[in-house]
Amino acid sequence: MTTNSTVPRQTAKPPAVHRSFVERWLARIFLAPTVLGMALFTFLPIIASLVLAFFRWDIISAPQFVGFANFASLAQDPTVRVSFLNTIVFVAVAVILQLGIALCLASMLQARMPSWLRVFLRSTFFFPLVLSAASVSIFMRYMFNEQFGVVNWLLSLVGIPVVPWLTSPAASATVVVLVYVWQNFGFSFLLFLGALSNIPKELHEAANLDGATGWKQFSNVTLPLISPTVLVASVMAIISALQVFDQPYVLTNGGPGDSTRTAVMVIFESAFQQLEFGKASAIGLVLTVLILAVTALQFRLSRRFVFYQ
Amino acid sequence: MSSQTLQSGTGKHSGPPTGTPATPKPRRVRRLPGAGTVGRYAALAVAAALTLGPVLWTLSTSLRTPSESFNLPPSFLPINADFTAYQEVFKQINVGLLVLNSALVTGLIAFGQMASATLAGYAFARLDFRGKNAIFSLVLATMMVPVQVTIVPVFMLIRGMGLSDTLLALILPAIPTAFGTFLMRQYFLGLPNDFAEAAALDGAGPWRIFRSVYVPLAVPGMAIVGILAFNFHWNEFFRPLILTISEQNFTLPLGLVTLQGNLGTGSISVVLAGVILSMLPALVVFIFGQRTLREGLTAGASK
Repeated sequence: MTTNSTVPRQTAKPPAVHRSFVERWLARIFLAPTVLGMALFTFLPIIASLVLAFFRWDIISAPQFVGFANFASLAQDPTVRVSFLNTIVFVAVAVILQLGIALCLASMLQARMPSWLRVFLRSTFFFPLVLSAASVSIFMRYMFNEQFGVVNWLLSLVGIPVVPWLTSPAASATVVVLVYVWQNFGFSFLLFLGALSNIPKELHEAANLDGATGWKQFSNVTLPLISPTVLVASVMAIISALQVFDQPYVLTNGGPGDSTRTAVMVIFESAFQQLEFGKASAIGLVLTVLILAVTALQFRLSRRFVFYQ
Repeated sequence: MSSQTLQSGTGKHSGPPTGTPATPKPRRVRRLPGAGTVGRYAALAVAAALTLGPVLWTLSTSLRTPSESFNLPPSFLPINADFTAYQEVFKQINVGLLVLNSALVTGLIAFGQMASATLAGYAFARLDFRGKNAIFSLVLATMMVPVQVTIVPVFMLIRGMGLSDTLLALILPAIPTAFGTFLMRQYFLGLPNDFAEAAALDGAGPWRIFRSVYVPLAVPGMAIVGILAFNFHWNEFFRPLILTISEQNFTLPLGLVTLQGNLGTGSISVVLAGVILSMLPALVVFIFGQRTLREGLTAGASK
């Protein structure tokens, strides 16, 4: 910084009016890439989606206004109905498993143990998060192969007969859940780990003195203290599970039948395989409304049930 | 897990086992691991094995020859590692091009996000302009919109711009980042105001204050944005699947899924060799940037 020391400091400072003018323009320039980019690639597409949902359009012929027909077809089209049902069941099972496993592991890590072991376990549980869901699904598809998969081989060691993992509806839905949870529990785990380590030690000591140990201490002391994190972790897990695509696409491609087809897979197939862009937009909007509803529910619940210190 | 590990978990480490016969310490004898401790360690060991097992299986299978890669029982420790699969995967697909595409897309998105989020985050945190709160709320609101909803119009827009089936189709729409902007705003808000005041007294204008005072201080925040962008877009599958058409524009995950489709169940180890290769950059980030990545991932939950 080249400040001329002979110049009095007061005059070096530009007048306030000039400063705020410069600042306003600087702010506009600074915001331009983000705000213009979002206008072009997020807001414009949302509006386009809203409009497109009321049209039938296959890119080739001119769009045709069809009113609510696209939304009505969602209720009638069996594939769409099944895929939404699948998605909701998937979200319920996957999120409960993900949060349950994460909370158990995070609280087990609170116990006394050598610090190298804690670091090792934390890194291990976090590791699947840095992998690509597509790659994970590739190797999991081999592991769950009916004939030569390592999973069936391991199960055969304990006397469990061959499971048709990827060819029976119930089993393939289970595989999609397992593979998804395997990769994502680490995220909730990190959130819980942070929340648990923020609980003051004195509270646990006080609870011990009062005779509250084990489950009693967990449900009456620990859980209320981390309830804000439990809520945030649930909402984040629900929102990301609602958008599941990579795992079912690579593992089962929605099959057998429609048993593992999810809402986002139907958006993809309607738009880019059947060229029904209006229908795809309509499904996308329904999914967005679901996500907004979950977020709104978070705010309501947080006022009623969450205990803030 | 050996009993040695279990004991060191509850008591302090004693000296090396050699030397004078250890005098039994009464404290240590009294605090043998209880049933709860053993159960906890057993559960943690099972969880760790289930987490690492699939990755180790992938690694060890990729080191078997393509013809014996589906033999059972699987060998978890390939004593004579075989690298045929790694040579073969380079013959089957253009690994170099896939890596180059992935690196270009991921690198430019990460750089673009760091730059645009730093600028916008600074404006929201430290500059005065009309409509600041309204614009910031709009930016945050875009986080609620799933990519699947905007993908159809984005696809049309890219076509209209004449960018369909190019790498720019993947890069440009991913640069504006609500989460990155939010992170950088928080970061700049956390920096003290004194520096700006001192610099202003020295005659520095708003640009100088940003460039010379706050940008150098914000590098750790930018690293979080960059690493998050890298982790997400290196692994991304949905957008490349839609926005790229010809194989010369594929990114790694897309190329590998295509390879699996082509090879079916014939040469597992070849596909898995590709999977392991694609994991290497993520592994580097995991080893050297784990802390930054953890901070970034959990930052969204503490709004």
